[in-house]
Amino acid sequence: MMDRVLEKVVAGFSWICAMVLLGTVFCIVGYLLINGLGTINVTLIFGETDPVDALLFRKQVFDGLFPAIVGTFALVALSVSFAVPIGIAAGIYMAEYCRGVLKRVFSLFFDVLAGIPSIVVGLFGFSVAIFLHNYFSSRIYPCLLISALSLAFLVLPYLIRTTQISLENLPEDIRQTAPALGATKLQNIFYVLIPRSLSGMASGVILSIGRCAEDTAVIMLTGAVTMVGVPKSVFSNYEALPFYIYYISSQYSNKQELLSGYGAAIILLVICGLLFTVAFFVKHRLAYHALYRQ
Amino acid sequence: MKVIDRFAEKFFWVAAVLSLSVTVLIFGFMVILGFPLFKGGQFIELLSKPWLPDHGIFGIYPMIVGTLSIALLGLGFAFPLCLGCSAFISVLGPKRLGRILKKTVQIMTGIPTVIYGFVGIFLLVPVIREVFESGSGMCILSTSLLLAILISPTMILFFSDSFDQVPKPFLDAVDALGGNKAQKILYVILPYSWRGVLTGLILALGRAMGDTMIALMVAGNAVAIPDSVLDSARTLTAHIALIIAADFESLEFKTLFACGIILYLFTTFIALSVRSIDSKFWRKK
Repeated sequence: MMDRVLEKVVAGFSWICAMVLLGTVFCIVGYLLINGLGTINVTLIFGETDPVDALLFRKQVFDGLFPAIVGTFALVALSVSFAVPIGIAAGIYMAEYCRGVLKRVFSLFFDVLAGIPSIVVGLFGFSVAIFLHNYFSSRIYPCLLISALSLAFLVLPYLIRTTQISLENLPEDIRQTAPALGATKLQNIFYVLIPRSLSGMASGVILSIGRCAEDTAVIMLTGAVTMVGVPKSVFSNYEALPFYIYYISSQYSNKQELLSGYGAAIILLVICGLLFTVAFFVKHRLAYHALYRQ
Repeated sequence: MKVIDRFAEKFFWVAAVLSLSVTVLIFGFMVILGFPLFKGGQFIELLSKPWLPDHGIFGIYPMIVGTLSIALLGLGFAFPLCLGCSAFISVLGPKRLGRILKKTVQIMTGIPTVIYGFVGIFLLVPVIREVFESGSGMCILSTSLLLAILISPTMILFFSDSFDQVPKPFLDAVDALGGNKAQKILYVILPYSWRGVLTGLILALGRAMGDTMIALMVAGNAVAIPDSVLDSARTLTAHIALIIAADFESLEFKTLFACGIILYLFTTFIALSVRSIDSKFWRKK
């Protein structure tokens, strides 16, 4: 009798959980959309500046989100271009060359790297910048380059993992055909294995892009600021969308600024949502293997 | 051909070693820069003292309490919710609704943390303030509720993944015995996949302790030791984020590395425990 009640409770409970979760997500996204959708227009992004001038970088935009969007894109492009070659090469090494105890040691280190809180990576980047500033050149400050490097460290383990898993998941007969025909190991990797696991690697790259675009903790310590306009070089400060959202939430002075915060949140949500959806679409199974299986 | 082969292997190897050295470098850098802290048992003292910068006392005990209470409370909220949701996805719910829930959870992994924080400040905090009628609403409770939502996707995807690994014959046996869905989850799936559940729980704990933005934005960042869940608190991560001192040599600045080292060691502990659950038991099946 008790068991029957328990079973009924369990079934009911799981319904409640599912509804609570769906309801929460609905509330969060709905709240943003209701408050922010009205603010999304050309002025939000470009302010009073002419969009064409802004896009050609002929004039600075000071009262719009344009510099933050440019900053985020620059940041993502830089850090992904640092992280992707190294991450994929390391992933290939893990899947195809590394064996035995060494492999276990390497994966443990990558697990640790994947788990390090982003703020600690940010602290690392910050202190490296200050260290260089004090001991090498007083011109070095936390800047776009330092942020990009720190973010690259942050996404390295994702890239290694996705590459490794997608290579290791290839069926054995695909793996052995080319060597049987006389191909070298390297030929096998480049002509057979990599092309076959491209979708997995691509989803890893897309996930890393999303991670770079959304991260706030790293960049707030390594050079993201507000009100500096489009970054002039990789050695200058820059604006970024997630940092702008954080800044607005704590420092807004009037209704207008708060509304632009909602607008920025929606834009960031759309960018990240799109990226993650694409990644899942490319290979959803592998994507969360890499993220949650570690 | 041989030369290229050897060169390529070297290149891949260098990339892997480079990535590994980043892991070591981050730790090494923190230890070296925070080194004065380790002299004369100062490190242990830091862990047990309050944060009173005016008196020259820079203990991080309040932040440790804050981190633990927020992370554990968040985990406490999230764990039952996630078990329910993954049971719903795998067995209990209607197929189509379960799929919708799973898709939603997958998309949730893509929602930036700062957005949870942003919505938390303007939606959840006022509600908490009104309901409990105490303080500003920026408290441990609000933070852990938001954190629960943040870590849910990690757990749900992991749980439902390990639920799916239960061999089909087991499930068929339940059906053949006339068992219902709730019995299936209670007496077969959960006992079978408890290791997966444990692993998911540990990973989620790591995520909860490592999160910065939600705690920074919603917890209020008070440096006093919190007495209740309605008190404001500061986490280790938020403490690092709130760096104001640019004086590299000051003790105040050095304590940041103490926070960093604690978080790093905790991460290592998580990775090790997940690994030991994974290799010792999980693989044998």
